Amino acid sequence: MLYALCFLLFMIGLYCAVVKKNMVKIVIGIMIMEYAVNLFLIMLGFCSGGAAPIIGKDDLDGPGGQLTDLFISSSVDPLPQALVLTAIVISLGSLALMISICIRIYGKYGTFDITQIRRLKG
Amino acid sequence: MKGMTIIVKTISSWVKMLIFLFGIYIILFGHLTPGGGFAGGVILASSYVLLMLAFGREFAEENLSLPAASKFDCIGAFLFALIAILGFVYGGAFFVNFLYQQYLPGEPLHLISAGTMPLSNIAIGLKVGASLFLIILSLSICCKDFKFAGPVSGKE
Amino acid sequence: MSIPLPVFVAIPLVMAFLLPIFVKKGKTAATLLANLATLSLLVLAIVSIGQSSVYEVGKWSIPLGINLVLDGLSSLVLLAVGVVSFAAMLFSVRYMEQYTAKTKYLSLFLLMVAGMNGVVLSGDIFNLFVFLEIASIASYALVGFGCEHEELEASFKYMVLGEIGSLFILFGVGLVYGNTGSLNMAYIAKGIQNTGLNAGLTFALGLFIAGFGLKAALVPFHAWLPDAHPSAPAPISAMLSGVLIKALGVYALARMVFNVFGISDSIGWLLIVLGLLSMVAGAFLAIGQWDLKRLMAYSSISQLGYVVLGIGMGALILATGGNVAWASLAILGGLFHLLNHAVYKSLLFLTSGSVQMSTGTRQLKEMGGLAEKMPITRATCTVASASIVGIPPFSGFWSKLILVIAAIQAHFYWIAAIIVFVSLCTLIMYLKVQRYVFLGELPENLQQSKEAKNSMLAAMVFLACLCVLMGLLVIVPFLRSHILEPAVQVLTDGLEYSANVIQMATM
Repeated sequence: MLYALCFLLFMIGLYCAVVKKNMVKIVIGIMIMEYAVNLFLIMLGFCSGGAAPIIGKDDLDGPGGQLTDLFISSSVDPLPQALVLTAIVISLGSLALMISICIRIYGKYGTFDITQIRRLKG
Repeated sequence: MKGMTIIVKTISSWVKMLIFLFGIYIILFGHLTPGGGFAGGVILASSYVLLMLAFGREFAEENLSLPAASKFDCIGAFLFALIAILGFVYGGAFFVNFLYQQYLPGEPLHLISAGTMPLSNIAIGLKVGASLFLIILSLSICCKDFKFAGPVSGKE
Repeated sequence: MSIPLPVFVAIPLVMAFLLPIFVKKGKTAATLLANLATLSLLVLAIVSIGQSSVYEVGKWSIPLGINLVLDGLSSLVLLAVGVVSFAAMLFSVRYMEQYTAKTKYLSLFLLMVAGMNGVVLSGDIFNLFVFLEIASIASYALVGFGCEHEELEASFKYMVLGEIGSLFILFGVGLVYGNTGSLNMAYIAKGIQNTGLNAGLTFALGLFIAGFGLKAALVPFHAWLPDAHPSAPAPISAMLSGVLIKALGVYALARMVFNVFGISDSIGWLLIVLGLLSMVAGAFLAIGQWDLKRLMAYSSISQLGYVVLGIGMGALILATGGNVAWASLAILGGLFHLLNHAVYKSLLFLTSGSVQMSTGTRQLKEMGGLAEKMPITRATCTVASASIVGIPPFSGFWSKLILVIAAIQAHFYWIAAIIVFVSLCTLIMYLKVQRYVFLGELPENLQQSKEAKNSMLAAMVFLACLCVLMGLLVIVPFLRSHILEPAVQVLTDGLEYSANVIQMATM
């Protein structure tokens, strides 16, 4: 059920990116979509009553340093967290590129309105 | 870009070292506590951004110039590639954690453990910090030469 | 001796970060290093034909670790990437002198090549997404490289649509992980075979088709391509149109649909419909264009429709339990057309770049009569046009013939008729190019045009020779069974991919 709310946030971001006329608002729409996807990925790993998957001293037993079964069964899945970390960094890079293109377009055309930036037609 | 008032300048000249130190702590303990290379690099870059906001862009540029940040960027990427290639030379496949398996296992949950992972964290932290600082510095240079003159009509 | 697979990604990546050290001095050293990198990638791609291996990074066994997989389809696309990137890099030695910041261009170019190689070799869907993003972001920056008005507008449009496509793909990756519990493509395929497609996985497949279709510029999602490809510098147009839309779009789509999710007849019909729409819409829109590179961009959309049509016909025949030989023929036509189109479309864009460098314009109405001023450019452009139209004995004829024969054998007569009709439209548009650019009267202001310089000519002649020789890939049985048949085998085996990968990994 919560996943449907994530998808609703994704659709709101898609609406914003498609309908708005200001370039910066389009970029903000794409960022909302990225937040929705990151939220979806983190929520996939959730188990109710789970703890953060950080190993402390009590979670290792035995001389070889094996993880206790209690730790494995009661912690949330750490793999989606690694995926989200990578996805956040990728979206940071693309946000930087998008904003710099917007700034250069403002310098050339003098406006942020995409209906007036229509030299390429046909 | 002008700086801010004298109160902001005084406080931020103390705080920026704390932020930098905190960033280094997050990078070095990345294999034990949450954080690691990316998050620590972002905090390192934000200490320079504080410098830029409080003192003006020219001061930050004298402190760490554009070509120097670019060189740090490349050095960070090289270190990461070097760790991968050393894994190939000593271990047999790229990215093998050769320090953990052969030379320096260390105790779990201590600072020196988990082999090459802290070294990778340091390389990534250096690269991400330098890159973010470079991005924000370049964007603020780009903003400087605007003529805010209204919409341009016709062909230019 | 098997090549360690990460070198395909490591060589361009390390070289891309080495080049910014040569700022302002040693520009020739930087160019030499970059050309050496692309040449070594081409040699490695040729050496790796016929091998198949699984490389586990960090010696973590799958599914715990990530792996790189080299099989027939990967080596075919790697070969295409190697050939086109070598030619484009050789061309840009002289062409990019008219722009500033050449070392940044070389770094971005090598990053794009590293990303494409990573997409082709990856065995893990999240790794595929990361490399896809690396290649895409490098290409957004390269499209707007000379910062003029139209280039920035095209780059922004391309970037917004490309990011939306990538987000669809990431959402699909999340859905697949939630439903199967693994990110490795072999294990996902095994999980889907056990449980079947539920609602979440069907939605994920729809998102993948939308996302990869946007990267491949299939017709409902093609709006960025006619703006982005003309505005880019000519070698980047060649790379984008030649390999980027294929490695990121068609290869990833084929891998997902055939090897991971499994085909069904609705997916086969969907691919056939998308292919037909792209072919027809691209051809009609291209005939009315007066801008040289925009015409070639629309014709890219049309030719990519052929590839998707071939793959779709193969999928439909396999899913309805038809003759496997017919399906193999259709997929062979599609994949051979992919390889051919990479070579001749990049040659066409390189010739348009040399014409633009001599005359300073891209509009067909302002050119004319360049045949006596630029003879070698004219010859290579004629070879490429003859290939793309499908005149024997050039390479394009063979791939279109195989597609028509496959359509007729499988009793899709209407599809064969549409293929022939679109080939006629392609003939019209390239006759228009030849007449307006090379024949006719030389205008007054173009009397001073000169032929292109040596390195540009070398790249164009290399690709033109390949256009002529690649017909042999299908006729000579040795080459066919080593280069093309393994790729077809990977797709017709379908879900056997997962069993093969797991067996090769544990060996």
